[in-house]
Amino acid sequence: MIKLSNLYKNFDDLEVLRGVNLDIKPSEKVVIIGPSGSGKSTMLRCMNLLEKPTHGEIIFKGQIINQEHVDINKVRENMGMVFQQFNLFSNLNVLENLTLAPIMRNHLNQEEADSKAIELLNRIGLVDKIDNFPNQLSGGQQQRIAIARALMMDPDLLLFDEPTSALDPEMVGEVLDLMTELAEAGMTMAVVTHEMGFAREVANRIIFIDEGIIVEDSYDPKNFFDNPQQERTKQFLSKIL
Amino acid sequence: MIINSQGIVNFITDNFIVDDYWKYLANGFLVTIQVTIFAFIIGFGLGIFLAMIRVAHKDLAPSWKTPSGILINILNKIANAYITIIRGTPTTVQLLIMFNVVLINLHNLKLVAILTFGLNSAAYMAEIFRSGIQAVNPGEKEAARSLGLSYLQSMSRIVMPQAFRNCLPSFGNEVITLFKETSISGFIGLVDLTRGAGILISKTFKAAPPYFASALIYLIVVLILEQIFHALERRVSHD
Repeated sequence: MIKLSNLYKNFDDLEVLRGVNLDIKPSEKVVIIGPSGSGKSTMLRCMNLLEKPTHGEIIFKGQIINQEHVDINKVRENMGMVFQQFNLFSNLNVLENLTLAPIMRNHLNQEEADSKAIELLNRIGLVDKIDNFPNQLSGGQQQRIAIARALMMDPDLLLFDEPTSALDPEMVGEVLDLMTELAEAGMTMAVVTHEMGFAREVANRIIFIDEGIIVEDSYDPKNFFDNPQQERTKQFLSKIL
Repeated sequence: MIINSQGIVNFITDNFIVDDYWKYLANGFLVTIQVTIFAFIIGFGLGIFLAMIRVAHKDLAPSWKTPSGILINILNKIANAYITIIRGTPTTVQLLIMFNVVLINLHNLKLVAILTFGLNSAAYMAEIFRSGIQAVNPGEKEAARSLGLSYLQSMSRIVMPQAFRNCLPSFGNEVITLFKETSISGFIGLVDLTRGAGILISKTFKAAPPYFASALIYLIVVLILEQIFHALERRVSHD
């Protein structure tokens, strides 16, 4: 689905990513963990080119996307992203938040977009908020709507950048439940998170990243937590678990 | 001093009605309004353009080596110099330079004033728009881009509407300033409201009535503008 090949990213003199190689297959649910400043968010943001890699290749569905003549907007239509701070459009109501992109990118007409939005809002139980503006909603509601907004484009891959870190504790569950539901429906997901429960239960692959390189890559989440292979991973897990 | 109704009628008649004196103020007022409106249009359009250049320059910083990046870089330098020069020199001097040097072959005084005040206001509006744009949560622009919207689409649908809302108060202030600043048009011989009052004084030899009358007219228009902008602010807020 998406492949990072020898990826480097510098911010001025700071080397954030130092040669990342990662191949995410369709339907994989990859959870990316690591200490703060390890480069995990930067890696995720490189995948849809919100950050431009300094060096290396990003191959999405067989196409190298970080080169001159690629229409990045076209690529991003197939790659949704969910942000820590939700980033709903504060000048638009819930319905418009959902329908803006599919209409502007000519995926759907107004009528199709409206009915799809209503269907999605029904699914996440927020159809009664359809006319509300983002500042009238709780953090958990905003984040579920942000996920629905990403789903409106029927993406092949969903990127989650610490989706529950800005939420009050009692709202984390509703967002994780929705993500679990998506995972079970077969969505390909890359999730940067500190929710180890989610990582253990829902992920089928765990990446531990530190100092800009992938330290450990495990296809057995339960075993990863009970029996980490690398010394650095052991240290990290002992601090957070 | 005894003030009776006959006295007031005589006062108004002597100072404003006789020989159609009021027409100096009325015609001057029309010129003031025309200059303000057309200068506003120039200032608004050019102001947004300058602000967009400066913001795009910041947004596109990593891609300076592409042809569009180089173009933006050059335009940004011009925009910066323009804003510095306009804001760093008195409007009166700008008006005199436009009239006596730059537009010496243009004999339409009104047009000279419109161009001067429009170009002047653009520099201030550019800074107002820029601060309004930069106050928009950058995460929302990223969210728009992550959904596949182009830079221009995300600017026009997400950033600019919010920027407009952010800068409405300072924007209203700038429109009022522009309107009042046109009162220096008399420096190039354009008969606006202030100059009309001056001519009237040369007929009646009484300074107070025409000057206070023109001050009152400016004040009334400013009050109307304030109401318009308050109504706009109420309309665009969702709270």
